[in-house]
Amino acid sequence: MSQADLTMHSHSSALSEPTFSIPAKKMAMWLFIIADSATFAGCLFAYGFTRTATPTWPRPFPGITNVAIMTFILLTSSLTMLIGVRAAHLGDKAKAFMWTMITVVLGIAFAVLHLREWMGLIDEGVTLFHNPWGTPLFGASFFCITGLHLTHVLGGVVALLAVGLRYKGGRYNADDLEITGLYWHFVDLVWMFVVPLVYLLNLAH
Amino acid sequence: MAATTDAKTGGMGKDVAVYVCLLVLAGLQFMIAYQNIDVSSMAVRMLCVAAVEGALALLFFMHLWENRGLMSFVIIFTVAVILGLQYGWPDALRLYNGVPWAH
Repeated sequence: MSQADLTMHSHSSALSEPTFSIPAKKMAMWLFIIADSATFAGCLFAYGFTRTATPTWPRPFPGITNVAIMTFILLTSSLTMLIGVRAAHLGDKAKAFMWTMITVVLGIAFAVLHLREWMGLIDEGVTLFHNPWGTPLFGASFFCITGLHLTHVLGGVVALLAVGLRYKGGRYNADDLEITGLYWHFVDLVWMFVVPLVYLLNLAH
Repeated sequence: MAATTDAKTGGMGKDVAVYVCLLVLAGLQFMIAYQNIDVSSMAVRMLCVAAVEGALALLFFMHLWENRGLMSFVIIFTVAVILGLQYGWPDALRLYNGVPWAH
């Protein structure tokens, strides 16, 4: 028996009981989600602080159509991800892959709408360092917060593609798809806080 | 593990119900945006709705309801972080209202 075997056997009782009764991979994803939540919370609170302290904060958004469509797409993508994970746990690999790819398509649609909105604002003169309607902090905070979220969405799209394809190929299992789905739900959860603070509070009445 | 698997492979009814609730809550946020109230009240109402949305997503979409130990850990950590970030609001209002040492 090797030293490694002795080590494994002596620690087997400790290793056999996962922390909080969930697998290590899922625990790692939860810890990442908690850490990322703290990042977004810091950004959003800093944004709230800046907005409250600035009397000349602009209200440039004329309507809610675009953000409503984006919210609907992202919420629906969470549901399609759930359907895919459920199919994976039932052993229906084809259905799980299909719903995962539908989630990917919805994520890409969200990103396209978001970039289209960005281009509209940039055409009006809003950049990271400039704001034609008042304080340049608006441009900086808007693009930083929505850009950070969009980066997470695009990263999630890539992760879903990679994990979905490997799940279909038999290299990953249903638990791996579920763990990736956790990240996608987190991205959706963050959007629920970004929408009211960044968009709805800045509607042009 | 078998109980958790059974919970995961159960009907889609609960998931669709939570999805519809999330859509309704999002719609509520959009309605609040058009109310004739001051910004701080609007922000508080919207954040309350967002917190309910987040709780529904965490508990049901992310299956936290099925693991109470992990749920307790997440709740305690989240509340601690949110409370810790509240220190900025009084200073923001101080700057906005121009009280001593604002500039």
